[in-house]
Amino acid sequence: MRAKINEFLELWGTDLWESTIQTFQMVGISLAFSILIGLPLGVLLVLTRPGKALGNKFFYQVLNAFINIIRSVPFIILLFFILPFTKMIVGTSIGVKGVIVPLVVYTAPYIARLMESALLEVDRGVLEAYEAMGIKTRHIIWHVLIRESRSSIILGLTIATIGLIGASAMAGLVGGGGLGDLAYRYGHLRYEVDVMYITVILLIILVQGLQSAGNRLAARLKKD
Amino acid sequence: MIELKGISKSFTGKKGSIHALKNVSLSVKKGEIYGVIGYSGAGKSTLIRCVNLLEKPDTGAVVMNGVDLTKLSPGKLREARSKIGMIFQGFNLLKTATVYENIALPLKLTGLSKQETAERVTKYLKIVGLEEKHHAYPSELSGGQKQRVAIARALAHEPEVLLSDEATSALDPDTTEAILDLLLKINRELGITILLITHEMNVIQRICDRVAVMENGEVIEEGITKDIFTAPKHTTTKKFVNTLFSHQIPDQMLTELNKTGHVVSLSFFGKASGEPALALVSKKFDVYPNILSGSIAQLKEESFGQLVIHLKGEFAEIEKALAFLRQQQVQVEGVVLDESKNKRIS
Repeated sequence: MRAKINEFLELWGTDLWESTIQTFQMVGISLAFSILIGLPLGVLLVLTRPGKALGNKFFYQVLNAFINIIRSVPFIILLFFILPFTKMIVGTSIGVKGVIVPLVVYTAPYIARLMESALLEVDRGVLEAYEAMGIKTRHIIWHVLIRESRSSIILGLTIATIGLIGASAMAGLVGGGGLGDLAYRYGHLRYEVDVMYITVILLIILVQGLQSAGNRLAARLKKD
Repeated sequence: MIELKGISKSFTGKKGSIHALKNVSLSVKKGEIYGVIGYSGAGKSTLIRCVNLLEKPDTGAVVMNGVDLTKLSPGKLREARSKIGMIFQGFNLLKTATVYENIALPLKLTGLSKQETAERVTKYLKIVGLEEKHHAYPSELSGGQKQRVAIARALAHEPEVLLSDEATSALDPDTTEAILDLLLKINRELGITILLITHEMNVIQRICDRVAVMENGEVIEEGITKDIFTAPKHTTTKKFVNTLFSHQIPDQMLTELNKTGHVVSLSFFGKASGEPALALVSKKFDVYPNILSGSIAQLKEESFGQLVIHLKGEFAEIEKALAFLRQQQVQVEGVVLDESKNKRIS
């Protein structure tokens, strides 16, 4: 048994390790950009709702429709559909670099939606209390709106990250690498089932770990 | 101190527009506790929210210390708002912050130094009697304690005015009493003017110097609390006063009693409530008073009692007795069958 494991690791260890690193790279970098874009979009969605602080029906509806349109396109199609855009932004449309752009385009609107629903949970009265104390709107957004919904935000980001891991598996199609690509190329195309099983197990561990960590952090941040 | 001049506000909803406030004017003097009472939907909540412009009035002016708040730039308005404290029915504390942070955060955001913030938090937590709760989260506090934190948060900005939006409505009677005592203390010791809205007459009775009664977006009666209690004019005002004095006398009994004499209600105020006026009446005149119902209420400054009595005797003699009672500064009112059939009599 031990000999078998050693043999397997010798053969595939390097590939597995590199693929894992690639997955982490793709997911980490895309997640960071997606949050930077998605969170403010979520805040805008909440604030520009008719009747809210910066209520602007036109802006809200345009943003709303825009997000829905991007979210309607399956990732695999989005990946190819925005190739020219990807090339314009990062100068290439292949490799880890080339896959990050479509991943961000795919994930940011999703995060915006998740943030919107998290932020909407905040009691309007608290926001009003701060408004009544003469606190600036940008302070209210950060110190009240986002702070009070931080537990739901963490849960939302956990969901988004797991979705991102799934989407990154398709990155192999543009040479992005990663665990999903490894499983597809060797496991499916070359019938090396062992590799496929191992990558799937790795992905399961990754997703389980992320979800538990997210749940635990959210519970700790929640104080009511 | 605060003057509301001709405030009107309407909301457009799905069922057309609602006039929440119709040309409301009132003025609150420095250092007093002013109460606005009304049933839900009377517009009192909109009114208090117009004072710090959480709700922008359609027309009218909100003048505070001579400055019309409706004409201020957003920046100046924020400055003015930081001098107007507000507390709410729902407390509106940050759930994710400790008691200390709940008070400190707004201070920090208005640019107070760390040391000054710490001093103020300690000072005002002491005033509201929660100095040992610095590190508790709101979920660990009772309703009354949460409201105390909210009061401390409002006071920490050292405002001149405190607006109270149904601050005691979510609390049980004992806690309500304690919070009212705290508001009185704040008013007396810190000299903070308080404008409050409520639907509970006992709040008005306990702490208000002056009161306005609202109905359908209008102020229907206004005056010193004592006057409103002793001589309410409007039906709604009478109903509110009767929530404290509910003398229920069956119609049938009333009809019977009116055959042999006169049923009257007597209101005693302050000193008069201490005199044995009724005993004197039976000695001086040929009438036999029979007490049907009675109660006493403590107003902010004085006590106020009400008795419903039956005077048996000759009508001429009864008239003389009533004249004597009026002389003793007792307010006398005839009791008639109540039209609304709830048999509450004033």
